[in-house]
Amino acid sequence: MIQAVMVISTLGKPRLLKFYNFQDPEKHQELVRSIFQLLSARPEGVSNFVETDAIFGPGSKLVYNHLATLYFVFVFDSSENELAMLDLVQVFVETLNKCFKNVCELDIVFNFNKLHTVLDEMILGGQVIETSSEEIMRSVEEIARLEKQSSTTSLIPKSISQRFSR
Amino acid sequence: MGSQGGWGQSKEFLDLVKSIGEARSKAEEDRIIVRELEYLKRRLADPDVPRRKMKELLLRLVYAEMLGHDASFGHIHAVKMTHDESLPLKRTGYLAVALFIDERHDLVILVVNTIQKDLRSDNYLVVCAALTAASRLIGEEAIPAVLPQVVDLLAHPKEAVRKKAVMALHRFYQRSPSSVSHLVSNFRKKLCDNDPGVMGATLCPLYDLVLEDPNAYKDLVVSFVNILKQVAERRLPTSYDYHQMPAPFIQIKLLKILAVLGSGDKQASGHMYTVLGDIFRKGDSASNIGNAILYECICCISCIFPNSKMLDAAAETTSKFLKSDSHNLKYMGIDALGRLIKINPDIAEEHQLAVIDCLEDPDDTLKRKTFELLYKMTKSTNIEVIVDRMIEYMISITDHHYKAEIASRCVELAEQFAPSNQWFIQTMNKVFEHAGDLVNIRVAHNLMRLIAEGFGEEDEGADSQLRSSAVDSYLRILGEPKLPSSFLQIICWVLGEYGTSDGKHPASYIIGKLCDVAEAHPTDDTVRGYAVSAILKIFAFEIAVGRKTAMLPEFQSLVDELSASHSTDLQQRAYEVQALLGLDKQAVGSVMPLDASCEDIEVDRNLSFLNSYVQQALENGAAPYIPESERSGAVSVGNYRVQDQHDTSAHALRFEAYELPKPSVPTATSQASVYLPTTDLVPVPEPSYYKEDHQIGRSQPSGSAPSGEFGAKLRLDGVQKKWGRESYTSSSTPSSSTSSQQAANGASNSDGGAPISSQARESSYGSKKQQATEVSAEKQRLAASLFGSAAKADRKAHAGRRATKESSSTEKVTAANAAPQPAKEQVVPAVPPPDLMDLGEPVPSSAPSADPFSQLDGLLGPASASPVVSATSAPSASNTPDLMSIFSDDTGTTSGSAEPAVGAQKGATAKKGHSLQDALQKDATARQVGVTPTGNNPNLFKDLLG
Repeated sequence: MIQAVMVISTLGKPRLLKFYNFQDPEKHQELVRSIFQLLSARPEGVSNFVETDAIFGPGSKLVYNHLATLYFVFVFDSSENELAMLDLVQVFVETLNKCFKNVCELDIVFNFNKLHTVLDEMILGGQVIETSSEEIMRSVEEIARLEKQSSTTSLIPKSISQRFSR
Repeated sequence: MGSQGGWGQSKEFLDLVKSIGEARSKAEEDRIIVRELEYLKRRLADPDVPRRKMKELLLRLVYAEMLGHDASFGHIHAVKMTHDESLPLKRTGYLAVALFIDERHDLVILVVNTIQKDLRSDNYLVVCAALTAASRLIGEEAIPAVLPQVVDLLAHPKEAVRKKAVMALHRFYQRSPSSVSHLVSNFRKKLCDNDPGVMGATLCPLYDLVLEDPNAYKDLVVSFVNILKQVAERRLPTSYDYHQMPAPFIQIKLLKILAVLGSGDKQASGHMYTVLGDIFRKGDSASNIGNAILYECICCISCIFPNSKMLDAAAETTSKFLKSDSHNLKYMGIDALGRLIKINPDIAEEHQLAVIDCLEDPDDTLKRKTFELLYKMTKSTNIEVIVDRMIEYMISITDHHYKAEIASRCVELAEQFAPSNQWFIQTMNKVFEHAGDLVNIRVAHNLMRLIAEGFGEEDEGADSQLRSSAVDSYLRILGEPKLPSSFLQIICWVLGEYGTSDGKHPASYIIGKLCDVAEAHPTDDTVRGYAVSAILKIFAFEIAVGRKTAMLPEFQSLVDELSASHSTDLQQRAYEVQALLGLDKQAVGSVMPLDASCEDIEVDRNLSFLNSYVQQALENGAAPYIPESERSGAVSVGNYRVQDQHDTSAHALRFEAYELPKPSVPTATSQASVYLPTTDLVPVPEPSYYKEDHQIGRSQPSGSAPSGEFGAKLRLDGVQKKWGRESYTSSSTPSSSTSSQQAANGASNSDGGAPISSQARESSYGSKKQQATEVSAEKQRLAASLFGSAAKADRKAHAGRRATKESSSTEKVTAANAAPQPAKEQVVPAVPPPDLMDLGEPVPSSAPSADPFSQLDGLLGPASASPVVSATSAPSASNTPDLMSIFSDDTGTTSGSAEPAVGAQKGATAKKGHSLQDALQKDATARQVGVTPTGNNPNLFKDLLG
């Protein structure tokens, strides 16, 4: 199963953390740090796989993809295929690209809840449930549309929201 | 950046992210977030905040927690938001809850009800959100609350809901198989779902189920094969295509399932060959995902019943992977090769050069994978090269975890395939030198045992060669700075045991070295303990052969220091040395027999030799001993815990007050009979008492503890309990016995131990040198040595060179040997009179004869053996548990042999002791050489030391 999905910036800042095995929140930063150290030490043009027995327990591996200023990291155990996971990263990024039209780090920072939505359509409880980026897009858009619908009904008058946002 | 507008983020959040991005230091960032959290705390608690704003605040909270700050104050708000009517808020609430807490959290109970309600919602998105949250938040106890709804949702018209319901059910199954075991058949049903997405999702739980019990799903083999066939033939809607591959993730999952089902099953595998062949044929090795499927096919083929045609196809694909430029594919290729060589080891040969390329690749992942492959294909023919490489790599890396792993692999391989003893010792030395602190201490003990026992071969000579080469190498290594503790322990033990046995090194030299070790590690008590014990042994051996060894000043100061040490163990050792130095030859010989490290010690755990003493005391009116567990007065913590453990079955807590201590009255025994087996009822004064007690002693403590009666009945459960809880003994033995594995040294004859060792060393050096000079050919040679084929001519040349090397080295060694020869002969008198040796022989199994204490008492005058005497007499007076450790220590040192637990003593021990014949023979050779066996020869020492 997939144990965690992480998006970490090349400066070592977490942009998205999702653990499918519960990890103590206090440990999150430690994990991000150790993974970032691991990845930043890797030279260009090497494989996308790293064995992470020391961090996530025996048999665990991670697949990462370094895109622009971000590392996309999927951590998983021996029941997954490494190359397939690499493609899952690809699916994830492709979907985001469709979502944001040329995705960049800022989109991800500001819309991490949308990232979670996308991820929830792809992976549930650590298992891959959907791998077609069109399918994922369709359901994400559906969610967005319905949310908009329901949120218009509960829209708060602008004057009030402005007062609170001051 | 314009895209975030639609998601309702405010300027504040934008500013927050910006300022964090611009923060120069971690401290600054922390300040910003702490301020943000303050703000959020205030606003979240504010009832006037509009709900839409709440959503944003919550997301900001999630963000703050992602950056590693405690946001637990807001968790309740997330829970509250799941109750909200509006979909976006509800979804945000679920998202936040799922990120914040898990099924063990207290707040979950508040969410379960909401999930339950939402699962019945008309809006499928609400249902989806609830299912997602359920898969995260529903723990074992809450499963029954939502299970019926989830099962109903398996038939939901929306495929997205069905899919998630399957996964939620799977998750429940993972959490608690028993609570959903009756629903497992649903997974089978869902396999026939007309939506491919749902079918694909169903494969995940089925894979888990198949892994658990393949036999229950054999009937599905045909179905799986059919599905795979249809998928591969592109029968699915094109929306499932990914990079022109039809539903690759479904294919991969199916292949994984088939691999499990076909493993070792010829019939099931028979169904699969056709479709696997198809996939191979259609395989698209241009795209990443195509290769993923091919790789999975190889895995499948290597698991199922082998078929030569399939294996050929797999081998071909593997070689494509290995030849690829992509590191990812090389990695997969190495992995695939590792799987295939299990079936057919010859496949590796073809790819030897590719493998060696991977071994030298800068990519660490690839390197490790390759080492894993090498580890799998290690044989006795290529062990030297592989372990050499592994050690080289081990030295170069800093990652402790992996270093430890590779070290343990080296040890494992070396133990399994070592070509020679010398090689083994050298390899272990390297491993310990560079990763000593990371290796299991058991490995160190194994090494010591191996050196002591030898390899079980017939001739004693080889063993002593082994030992003297070990001693030589350790004396050399001791010069290096910063040796790991466990390695130093080995060194000390071996030097103590065999340092003087070949006569090459004078006792004073070894003792000096050991003193240096002890001085250099003032904080490591274990190493110091080993060092002092080693010195003690050397003194003992010297005294036993009647040689006078001068007390070195540094040793004197060491002993003085240690006898005032905070560590009682070190103190005891120091006193023992002092006591031993005052003994005469006979006594020392039996206290520290030579080369007795392999003999069994018979430990009288029941201390039956004290029986008469106890009996006498009782007759004189002393109060009988009451086991601690039955004493009512002071209930110590440990005692309470023991009682607690046993009591749990009967009643969890004892609320009634403790009974008053009763005087020792016979009524207690009658009470006891209720609880205890009849054998337990032992009349106190009867002499048969001890025997019976001995029989039942083992099982007693657990049985008697729960009885919880405080009568003063004399019932000594296993007599050793007299001085402490039983658990104490067992816990103290390992620590003390390992350190007290002191034993006597066999004055083993050393006839030319060096030549063989240096030969082996030289040859390995030789091959290395050659590798360095001929870089181009090096790889091929390495390949040849790894894979045991090819480059035969090359090898011949190699061998030739090696031969010359060997001859030169032997010459050198024999020349060098000429000098120390007379020194060796000095050892001759070291062979003790045979009657002494008898003590060292394995003790016959009849227990009573092996009473170390009485033996000791007879040998030592009370004055000279103060620690021992105090140990024997003290127990009667006090109950301090510490004494037990002293005892076990004592037994270790006095009878001077390895701990009894050393399992594989084998028959090898029997021939360890020197026979009389041996001694005579040696004496004869000594006379031939013309060296008088007595007295020191200063010139010789100069040679050796210089």
